[in-house]
Amino acid sequence: MNQLIEAVELLLTPETWTGATGMGARLLQHLQYTGLAVALAALIALPIGLAVGHSGVGRGPAVMITGVVRALPTLGLITLVALFAGLGLTAPMVALVILAVPSILAGAYSGVGSVDAPVVDAASAQGMSTWQVLWKVEVPLGLPIIIGGLRLAVLQVVATATLAAYVGSGGLGAPLFLGLRTYDYPLLLAASLVVIVLAITLEVVFALVQRVLRRALRGTS
Amino acid sequence: MIEFRHVAKTYPDGTTAVEDFSLTVPSHTATVLLGSSGCGKTTLLRMVNRMVDPSSGQVLIDDEDLASVPPVALRRRIGYVMQNSGLLPHRRVIDNIATVPRLNGVSKREAHSRAHELMELVGLDAALASRYPGQLSGGQQQRVGVARGLASDPNILLMDEPFGAVDPLVRMELQRELRRIQTEVEKTIMFVTHDIDEALALGDQIVVLKTGGEVAQVGTAQEIVEAPADDFVAQFLGVDSGRRSLQTVPRPGGGHTVVDGGGRPVGVLEDPPEGSSEPRG
Amino acid sequence: MVEILDWVRWGLNHSDRVLMLTFEHLRLSLPAILASLLVSVPIAAAANRLRPLREVIVSGTGLLYAMPSLPLFIVLPIILGTGVRDMINVVVALTLFGISLMVRSAADGLAAVPEHIRLSATAQGFSPWRRFIGVDLPLAGPAMLAGLRVVSVSTISLVSVSAVLGVQSLGSLFTDGFQRSIVASIVIGILATALLALLMDLLLVLLGRLLMPWTQTARTSAGPVGRGRGR
Repeated sequence: MNQLIEAVELLLTPETWTGATGMGARLLQHLQYTGLAVALAALIALPIGLAVGHSGVGRGPAVMITGVVRALPTLGLITLVALFAGLGLTAPMVALVILAVPSILAGAYSGVGSVDAPVVDAASAQGMSTWQVLWKVEVPLGLPIIIGGLRLAVLQVVATATLAAYVGSGGLGAPLFLGLRTYDYPLLLAASLVVIVLAITLEVVFALVQRVLRRALRGTS
Repeated sequence: MIEFRHVAKTYPDGTTAVEDFSLTVPSHTATVLLGSSGCGKTTLLRMVNRMVDPSSGQVLIDDEDLASVPPVALRRRIGYVMQNSGLLPHRRVIDNIATVPRLNGVSKREAHSRAHELMELVGLDAALASRYPGQLSGGQQQRVGVARGLASDPNILLMDEPFGAVDPLVRMELQRELRRIQTEVEKTIMFVTHDIDEALALGDQIVVLKTGGEVAQVGTAQEIVEAPADDFVAQFLGVDSGRRSLQTVPRPGGGHTVVDGGGRPVGVLEDPPEGSSEPRG
Repeated sequence: MVEILDWVRWGLNHSDRVLMLTFEHLRLSLPAILASLLVSVPIAAAANRLRPLREVIVSGTGLLYAMPSLPLFIVLPIILGTGVRDMINVVVALTLFGISLMVRSAADGLAAVPEHIRLSATAQGFSPWRRFIGVDLPLAGPAMLAGLRVVSVSTISLVSVSAVLGVQSLGSLFTDGFQRSIVASIVIGILATALLALLMDLLLVLLGRLLMPWTQTARTSAGPVGRGRGR
């Protein structure tokens, strides 16, 4: 318990947060890694997911691939890529993107797939093109679930990005592993607490966004 | 014998289902509570096995006030058949029928052999014993429901619109079957329905209910058809709309054709066979 | 292609160690999977009972999933008073993740038991407790199994992270392989972990078929069996 108090004191000291290797810089790096990984994953997964959800083609394989990729241990991926790519950002980024893809993919195809068939049929019957059906009907109506997939991806990546430091990158994992190696438990704890608070904050923000979206959709329908 | 003494039921949300209801249900006969939705008939039925406790008044079985009888034990000695059968989807037909005896601690072997007898009684093929309810037709499910209600050989059988969810042909068949079964087992049956034809077909005693459990008329089928107590009962019967104001028209081939108040034919009247005075059709 | 042969050879040469680590992996994940099921069901049942608090409890436990695993592995020993490399921490942390996924499945599954079937069970003379065990739980079974499968895959994958702290599991093949630059060690580790997750999943599906035979029967009639989601 004493170490916990020391950790909190450490976090309340302004110097902890300043400097190139301070907690502030690490936090920023952590967010950058998360943003980059999720953006790259979305670039890959969203088009595929929307296509699968809209057409229904390849749904079976998509579900299967999602399941298999989820079973892959991220630490294994990071270390494996690091052996080939060397220390740095490539290895964790590859692993984090792979981690984020299944959630975004699943959110996209189930979001679009969740729209009632009669609604979609009615839209086509009124003369909407395939693109218009997708963008004006399926995506807006499936948005809460699509955002839900992104939310899960962000959550997983933010939590796992700590492992980036294991192969020599920065982020909040850096002070954490430093503390682990030097038996500096207050530092270790302080970094852990920051990651936990960051993850929970993001989760709450996303939950609120999703709720507002749901409500807005219900209001218009 | 089941006795309702001035029972009333007001639910916590303030709705009054029953205001002041008294009735005696004689043993070994079928009493039908007839009324449209919201008349409190299901509430009254559920007071008998304490699924609902009256806000005031008493319900007695053979002069024993139910308020002092533990509900779970009470339910295990009263059969209950409901709409949608309410069968447990995760148990085989045979186990569904054996539910209550098993709850009462009867051995599995004994409960199953009893269940097989009951399947025969209600006209179910023995091959269905190992099926799951989801694999049966609606009519078959209701037969299982009746068999389950009879499984612990209860004195009382409560039936809450048991045939309401099956199609009309199957319903009539099930009603016929129930009458046949009743002549064999002679239970005290309380039967709830909103279907006047069903009430006339099954009830030794029929209780017509208005909203709030107010009794409009109590009597046999004959009494109610012959002399509706008031406009409400007459309307319920369909007397005023002509549905039951039947007339006979001579039939070319002999006998008579029966027509309703609107002149539409509803059946044929044959000359009665000698010695029969069956009051119901 | 030569590499694949190398990996296979490495795996065969180290099969004893891989097997031992697989066993350790199971020793950490199985108790966690089981515990998350056992803890989640009462929480879910209580949440459903306390209507106004249901969403708070279900979302609240769901929030646990936001906890990063590595920091949690570190913070827990401080709270529990155990050593950092103690396997208890790992099991407790994994159980917390399991609960965060499982409570919603269990709560939704229990809430979806058709009301007329519960009523009917009450009318037959099931006591409340007996009805919960004999009716509610089995009927919520398929939904809970679906949740448990997610918990199983997630737990088996997460165990590896604890290797960073020095707890033995298949994850040790990653840390060793990385520190000594043995690609084969990491590849075998990934394959073994994925295989383990797959086998556990198959086992759960099989167990479900065995314990819930009624879900296998035809859903042609309008019977109350099929509660599958429409599309």
